[in-house]
Parts: sequence; C-alpha cells; structure tokens
Amino acid sequence: MTFDLEFFNIGYLDTLSYKRTFVHRLDPRVKILVSFAFILFVVSLPKYELSALMPFFIYPVFLMNAGDIPFKAIAKKVLFISPFAIFIGIFNPLLDTEIMLTPFGIPVTGGWLSFFSILVKFILTVSTALLLIAVTSFPGICEALERLKLPKLFVIQLLFLYRYLFVLLDVSLRMIRAREARSFGKRGKEIKTFIRLISVLLVRSIERAERIYQAMLSRGFRGEIKVLRRHKLGYRDIAFAAVSVSLFYIFRNVNVVNIVGETMKSLSK
Amino acid sequence: MSHHIVELKDVHFRYPDGTGALNGISFRIIHGESVGIAGANGMGKTTLLLNLSAHLIPTKGEISIGEVTLDKKTRQEIRKKIGFVFQRTDDQLFMPTVYEDVAFGPINLGLTEEKVDERVKAALEMVACLHLSNRPPHRLSEGQKRAVAIATVMAMDPDILVMDEPASNLDPKSRRQLINLLKGFEHTKIIASHDLDLILDVCERCIIIRDGKVVDDGPSEEILMNEDLLKENSLELPLSRQYQNLKKFF
Amino acid sequence: MHMADALLSPAVGGAMWAGTLGTIIFCARKLKEKMDEKMIPLMGVLGAFIFAGQMINFTIPMTGSSGHIGGGMLLAILLGPYAAFLVIASVLIIQALFFADGGLLALGANIWNLGIYPCFIAYPLIYRMIVRQNLTPRRIMIASILSVVIGLQFGALSVVLETKLSGITELPFGTFLLIMQPIHLAIGLIEGIITAGIVMYVRSLRPDIVDDLEGVKALTSGASLKKVLVVIAVLAVVIGGAFSWFASTNPDGLEWSIEKIYGKPEVPERTNPITENLAKLQEKTAVLPDYSLPTKNEQDNNPAWPAADPGTSLSGIVGGIMVLGLVLVFGIGIKIMRKYRAKT
Repeated sequence: MTFDLEFFNIGYLDTLSYKRTFVHRLDPRVKILVSFAFILFVVSLPKYELSALMPFFIYPVFLMNAGDIPFKAIAKKVLFISPFAIFIGIFNPLLDTEIMLTPFGIPVTGGWLSFFSILVKFILTVSTALLLIAVTSFPGICEALERLKLPKLFVIQLLFLYRYLFVLLDVSLRMIRAREARSFGKRGKEIKTFIRLISVLLVRSIERAERIYQAMLSRGFRGEIKVLRRHKLGYRDIAFAAVSVSLFYIFRNVNVVNIVGETMKSLSK
Repeated sequence: MSHHIVELKDVHFRYPDGTGALNGISFRIIHGESVGIAGANGMGKTTLLLNLSAHLIPTKGEISIGEVTLDKKTRQEIRKKIGFVFQRTDDQLFMPTVYEDVAFGPINLGLTEEKVDERVKAALEMVACLHLSNRPPHRLSEGQKRAVAIATVMAMDPDILVMDEPASNLDPKSRRQLINLLKGFEHTKIIASHDLDLILDVCERCIIIRDGKVVDDGPSEEILMNEDLLKENSLELPLSRQYQNLKKFF
Repeated sequence: MHMADALLSPAVGGAMWAGTLGTIIFCARKLKEKMDEKMIPLMGVLGAFIFAGQMINFTIPMTGSSGHIGGGMLLAILLGPYAAFLVIASVLIIQALFFADGGLLALGANIWNLGIYPCFIAYPLIYRMIVRQNLTPRRIMIASILSVVIGLQFGALSVVLETKLSGITELPFGTFLLIMQPIHLAIGLIEGIITAGIVMYVRSLRPDIVDDLEGVKALTSGASLKKVLVVIAVLAVVIGGAFSWFASTNPDGLEWSIEKIYGKPEVPERTNPITENLAKLQEKTAVLPDYSLPTKNEQDNNPAWPAADPGTSLSGIVGGIMVLGLVLVFGIGIKIMRKYRAKT
C-alpha cells in the first residue's frame, strides 16, 4: 500500500466520525464498553465454534447501517489486514487433522473448523474496532477514556497527538514526494538518506512543539488543561448498552443458530 | 479598553547563540493606532514581535506596555494585554475543536463557565466562524484557521493585537475578509507583513526595520510611496501603487 | 503487524490489559511529579512524529524489501521511560482504532510488548548504563543496537507466549519462536543502527536538543541502585509469572526439561522471597478459569464460559445461513429507517 493511500484512509474514517447519526450521538463511554464486551464474548467462544458466531454479526451491521458508514470502507480495511490472520491460522488445518463433522457426508477436520472460526472472529473484531472509531470521533474516545478514570495527563497528550497527526503526516508526505522526485527506483531510499530525512522531521517536530508551547503560554497556560465534557448519559445510551450486552450474552450461551436450524427443519417437514 | 501606550526605548535583543537581532529600537505607539512593520526577511521583524508580546525579554533597553515595564516578573501580566497571532496557524490552534481552542484563553483567565461561553461565542461571531464550533482544526481551510486563530486571541479581550504575517497563504477572498475584519477592530494593531498592500490598507503608520534598527517611521502613505527608501530595504512599491506609477507614463 | 484479537483468549488479553493500565497510571503519576509542563505538547507531537516517521520507508540492505522504524527506543532516549511509555501507548491506540492494526482486546498486550521492554528494561539497564555521560558515537551505536535488539527480543518472546497461552492457533510454540526471534534480531540490528544514526545526526543539527534530553538529564542525576533492583524484580516476576503459567498448563514439557537438567523429576526446594511469590502466583493462576488451553474434550468442562453446542451438521449450517440472512435484512431495515427519518 502506498503512503498516499494510507494517509487518505485515516482521513476518511476521521471525516466519517464527525457525522451526527443516532449512533454517533451515543455516549462514547457506552460505545467503548459495549464494543469491548462484544469482543470479549466473541473471543471467548471455544475454538471449534463456527455457526454460533453468526448472530454476532448483528452488532457491526447495526453500527454500520445506523451510522451511515459505507460497507466498502470497512471491507477494504478488513481485507487488507486479513493475510496476517490467515498466515497464523493456516497452521490449524495443517496440524489438526482429526475429523469432527461430516455435514452432507463431507468430512471436515477440526483444523479447518478452528481456522474458519479464527477468520470469522477476526472479521467480527476488526470491523467492530473500525466501526467504533467511525461512529465516535477520536476526541469523543478521549473524553470517554478520561471519564473512565484514565489519567488526565495521558488523555491530554493523546489529544495533542491526534491534533498534530494530520499536520505531521502532511509534512512527511511532502518529504516523501520531494525524495521521490529526486530518486530513481531504489536509489535514494537507502538508510543514510532515510536517517537524514527522519532526523530533519524530528527536529522540525521538536521545534513545532516549542512553538505550540509558546502559543499556549501566550494564552495564559499555567499547567492545567481541561478536557471538554460534551456527553451526558441518557436513556438511549443505557438502553443501547442493556440491549446489546443482553443479546451478546444470549448469543454466547444459547445456541440460537441451532434453534433456528431446527425450526427450519421442522417447518420443512 | 484602557489607554495603553506601547513604548520601546533603545531595545536590544541577542539570541543565546550570539546572533544579534535587535540593535536599538525605539518607538511609541498610542492607543488605537495601527502600525505596520515592514522589512526584508531576517531583519528582525519576528524577533521584534516576540519581544513585544513578552515571549522574549530585551537584553538591553526597555519595553513598557501601559505603565508596566517588561521583565521576568511582569511577563504573565503583560501577556494578558496582548493578543499575539502567530504566523503559522497550526501552532496556534492546538485543541481538538474550534470551540475548545477559543475557550482555552478565557478558561485560563479564570472566568466562569457561562462567561467563557459568552466570550467564545462573541469571538467566533466577530470572525464569522460560529458555525465551525465543533470542527477539529485539521478540517478547516487556511482562511478559516486564520479567522479562528484571531478569535482565540480576541476571546481574551486584549488591548493590543500583534500579528505576524496574517495574510500569508490566504486566497484572495479570505485575504479581503481578513483586511475588512482588521479594519473593523478598534484595538491597537501592530502587524508585521510582506504584504505592503495590506499594510497600506489597514495601517495608517508604517515602521521599516533593517538590521535590527528602525530605518524609517511615519505615515504609511508616505513611507510606502518612497520608492528609493523601499528599494534600499529590499522592498518594492505596494502592487496597487505600481500601476498608478506606470500611469504616469501614459 | 500487531497481535489480533482473534488469536487471543479473554484471560490473556485481560491480564495484559491489567498490566498495561497499571503501567499507564504509574507513568502518569511519576510524570506529574517532576515533569516540565513543556512536555505535554512535546509528547503529543513526538507521538505524531513516530506515526509520520513510520510512513517513510527505506530499503533494507541485502534484501531489497522496504522497512520502517518502530521508534520505541528513540522515544525512550528522547523523553525518558515514563513519558515514552505513554507515547508508545498512544501511537498504538491510534493504530488500533484507525488502521485496525492490532485488535482492541490485544491492544493491552501490544502496548505491553512494545512499551515495557524498551522503556523499563532495555533503556535503563542497557542504554543508560553504556552511554552514561559520554555521548560518543561509538557508545551511542553500541548502546542503541543492544537495547533495541534486546527490547525487541523480549517483545517477540512475549507475543509467542501470549499466543501460546491463548491456545487458539495450533502453531507450535517452538516453530513460532524459531520464526519470531531471528526476524526480530535482524529488525533490531537495523533499527538499532538507525536509532543511533538519528541521535547522532540530530546532535549535529541541534546540539542543544540532545544535551537537554531526558535521558541525559537523568544520567547526570545518577541511576540509583534501588531503581535497578526494582526493575530486575519486575522482570523476574514477569518472566517467572509467564513461565509458571506455562508450566501449570504444560506440566509434561516442564517436567521433561527439569529431568534433563537435574536428573530428577522435581527441582530441589529452595525458598527465597522470589520463588515464594512465584509459587503464590502459580496458585492464583490456577484459580483462573482453565479455558486458556481448551482441548476437544475440555470444552464441556468450562465453568466460567459455558460452551455453546458445536452446532452439529445440518441444523448448524442451515441455522447459520438463516441467521446471517436475518442480520442482513435487519441491516437493510435500519438503512431504510434512517433514510425515511432523514426525509421527514
């Protein structure tokens, strides 16, 4: 993936995160905690569990549709990272060859079951993480972290990082373009040149930090910064949390899929 | 707004690494004046502004704002009276949203939540950016950033506005909006700029700096029409006047 | 590439989160005491710098492929261990959210793996010890390479341990280790050289920055013996805890190696405070639900997370497809509702 693509990608999710849909306006603390619970429930399913994972798709699907997040944006990213999970998981079918199921007479080994289980868990957890930021906005997440009792100092420097991320990415992008314009193929990308480039970036960053500090002083800074609290816990937030977590609990402990399957079987008789 | 007089008496400034930047600057600015500071790059404009806004302290000589002389102890107090708008907007806007950036100053002044809200809204109205309250700064155009940067400073209700290259990187429309905005302010304005047309438009007085010294100080109309003076200082006639001069030939 | 959620068990993920959160709180407290308020914008900007820096590639000599810096050790050198840990954590949080690079559950583990070892082991015990007060190029180079390599080796080892303890992938412990360690050795060498190069070049551009570094300031105040001991103790608990956990679930392997070493099935009892604490830890970990290594037979003996039925054959497949279909319909329904609301 070229640098350009990656750079614009982060901007895209960031832009989406400032929409004002129902999901966007939910309290960020709730969204973080529910998403975490989601991941815990999903990951806690035993390793050969595949069909029981299906109902869990309702959460990312809900976030995506109610939050007006384009499917393509999420799908592309999930696809892009999947090779990693495949690489690690592929050992399962290779090493675990005990046959566990024979649906329609086709033998399926435990290895393949656990492999696909890993893949589906991967899709569920990764898409949820992306959707979390897509419907929450980074300052929202920081506000939630502070109210969830993370140290204020940590949250404040997180906000600064976010603020200057795009600025520095832009500077970096321009450096790369400048280098590209004067290098041909692999020449110009050697370590020596790289060290020079990145050291310059580092010095410029430090100087920028010094100027920002001056700007802060010129507006009366004396050591304390306030993190703005924009959200209040309301009925909607609590309802959302309650419904979601209950669903997760049900999906985890009751084999909904089997029930549906059995119902279909008996209906077709 | 009280009547604050800005007075520089033989101000020298030398950087820690030895480079001299200001070599004896003296002038006096009375309340409500708009003064443009012009000069070639590296001649001391930015250093002068940094001294004026109490970020640096003169190594020799004296700066007084109102009746207060600038030194290590009075620094904080003087900063409250001065609104310094930086050359690079990204350095000035460091909070996650526009609202929080503009609120930063008033909060540090110790105002109550309601008062802060009042100030923020008033400042944003002044620069016509109230609708941008919840935007993160990296989603603003350069012109919008400039306007918001001014708002962050105005929210502190300063007596004196000091600006470093306010029109750089602005498109013509934003630049015009900025000029109109500045013309509407009654504060004392001290503006360093290469944009001589802006100085001509906004400032009735102009000071030219070279090698850390004042080379000339007088009404903008006179100074900025003095071709020889300008050339000596690596400047040219404001573009709007160059055409008028050409007209002489026809 | 950081660890993904799908390869981690809740227990391991939760434990690493606990460790990371504790460290974050500890670092924030430590910083608050003696930090210059200048540090706040500096930390944020340097975090953004690491990000931006990682986007610039260079070609790795002799392989032709391109690489990028990690930056953990560089941060430790520039900011000191406490601030550096917080910045590393921040960078990883942004990567996890915006790039899905590493899952949210695995985030705790990732922060630990990439932060703890460079900041609290490699930096104080190696970099500072070697560089002391002489910032000669030779010392910087040796110190950087050693500390980066060791930091990465520990990190890689952690990843392997965490994956193994989660028991989700069949990837054999030995194979994984054999892949990870040499790769990270090579990465460490290169990053160490680059880190040293950066420190030296920055010094030539702006000597005042380098001489003012947290690291150097701390050097002149002298590393106290007490701090070093604390770090070694933490190290012992971490490694000991990990190994005892491993041992408690893989008794055969440990017994086999003990036999080989001592010629008897058990190690002779030697009581000292460290092993006593480790034994206590072992008891505690035995109490944690044993589902970190579920085998095919153990699924049903799961007390904490009652297992759902594996979903045998037909009803499982049919049901699965139906449920997915229902979820899809649900999603479309939501979309339609939203558009309807937007119009009214």
